[in-house]
Amino acid sequence: MASPTLTFLKRLFRRKLVLAAALVLFVLAVAAIFAPWIAPYDPGALRVIRRLKPPSELNWLGTDEFGRDVLSRIIFGARASLGIGASVVAISIAVGSAIGLVAGYFRHLDPPIMRMVDAVMALPDILLAIFLVAILGSSTFNVIFALAIVYTPRVVRVVRASALVVREQPFVEAARSIGASTPRILFRHILANVTSPVLVQATFIFAYAVLAEAGLSFLGAGVPPEVPTWGEMISSAQQYADQAFWTVLFPGLAIVLAALSLQVVGDGLRDMLDPKLRKAL
Amino acid sequence: MWLSLARRFGSLLVVMFLVATMVFFLTRLAPGDPTAILLGDQATPADVERLRAVYGLDKPVIVQYVLWLKEVAQGNLGQSIFLQRPVTTALAERVEPTFFLTLFSITFATLIGVPAGIASAVWRGRFVDQLVSALAMLAANIPSFWLGLIFIQFFAVRLGLFPVAGYGDPGASLVERLGHLILPAAVLGIVNSALITRFTRASMLDVLGDDYVRTARSKGVSEFSIVIRHAFRNALVPIITVIGLTIALLVGGAIVTETVFGLPGIGNLVVSAVLRRDYPVIQGALIAVAALYVLINLTVDLIYTLVDPRVRA
Repeated sequence: MASPTLTFLKRLFRRKLVLAAALVLFVLAVAAIFAPWIAPYDPGALRVIRRLKPPSELNWLGTDEFGRDVLSRIIFGARASLGIGASVVAISIAVGSAIGLVAGYFRHLDPPIMRMVDAVMALPDILLAIFLVAILGSSTFNVIFALAIVYTPRVVRVVRASALVVREQPFVEAARSIGASTPRILFRHILANVTSPVLVQATFIFAYAVLAEAGLSFLGAGVPPEVPTWGEMISSAQQYADQAFWTVLFPGLAIVLAALSLQVVGDGLRDMLDPKLRKAL
Repeated sequence: MWLSLARRFGSLLVVMFLVATMVFFLTRLAPGDPTAILLGDQATPADVERLRAVYGLDKPVIVQYVLWLKEVAQGNLGQSIFLQRPVTTALAERVEPTFFLTLFSITFATLIGVPAGIASAVWRGRFVDQLVSALAMLAANIPSFWLGLIFIQFFAVRLGLFPVAGYGDPGASLVERLGHLILPAAVLGIVNSALITRFTRASMLDVLGDDYVRTARSKGVSEFSIVIRHAFRNALVPIITVIGLTIALLVGGAIVTETVFGLPGIGNLVVSAVLRRDYPVIQGALIAVAALYVLINLTVDLIYTLVDPRVRA
């Protein structure tokens, strides 16, 4: 039995590296979802007597300045970091696709929309994000909202570029000539044909969002400090880097692992869905 | 060519206008009155009123917007609430470390990315190519602040090769100050080299298959000369584009890196302004950075036409 999804995944995972990256993401996702059952300790439990202990049998990745278990905090951190990343992807893809479709399909709306996109993209990601969080106040929701605003323009550009091409295809004209309504043409015919580039973009945005969230938390403009995130762990550990390097090292490795895996899967998807790009990049 | 440049410049002004508008109205969404923050909880309502008048906050928002836009167009970004000086002055005081950090970082990124990309293209599919691709991918996904902390720990604390942080004591010479930038620039350069590597590789692969390369090879030109003199020169336009793009990205990356290394640059200014809600500084920095970004993009376009006469047509 070969369902299209299964065939698709089989082709995607033919490359071992992509398969390995997908497995890493799966493990991280499981850790995030089942954190309370997997983590060996309560991530907030203070044991000052065991503060800044190096990795050992008791604490596989050592303890931090309050004697909290680093591994448990990384596992719980996966929740915030990946949860925020996934939410940012969902919002920016939904909003960005809608705006991109409109810009690509209605010619007179294209210039104003694209100038707005240029304006948002003229600001560095992290700068725009800390500005927005500063205005909105620091909460998990606001970090998601800010990063969604930062990454939506990328989706708009990709969807618009594809929509411009698809719009001129004969099947769109055919649909119009048999009396299909504009929303039907937009969603049923054009959107369906821009899903590949959007899917690729989604994995990249996920990776960027994980990195950006870590940066925000590190700068103190991220989620409130009581939520363990990888960026916040590094931020609070940095002054103990001399004595307890593991408190800086391991959360960072988690970030690299997550972002790198997403990037590898995104590259794999792109190679598969767009053979033209395979040679170039 | 002049017409297209004029058009580019026009859309650049539109983008800057939109950035300024966006920044202004977003800032007004922020809760809390900056004057109340400035005066503290001891202030009487009359004090607040007086200060609001000084900053023009008592006028309707639209009037404030028009007045502010007029000032910004003349290069006046307003007064910092906390630093007691014009935002432009505050930015100017902080520009040196950021400027040199960006300059050194792009040098590092280019010195890493271009040779790696060329090697990758020349030995396509071989071990070197795979190694370069893997390293480029890794570099692009390392948070710069984390790499910074690791470098500080290793190269500065353990090996003592570089200063740990800061920008030298007050009165330190320029050379000494710039010495503080090597480690942060290496971090930013490594993290941002990936894009340059990928584009150099792609661009070289494009030209290495061209007829004139084959002709040169059949004439017996040395392989080195083919790669550097014939191919690389023709692959230059996309490479210059991506270097320009990377400079623009570095401006954002510098914000985080400056914080890690305690450099008193624009990034540090912005972060502390955000943390104490000094909105004029945040606004001004955003506008300055956006202006820099669009100017870099325009410059890149100009350089193209100089490097590649074909674009001029």
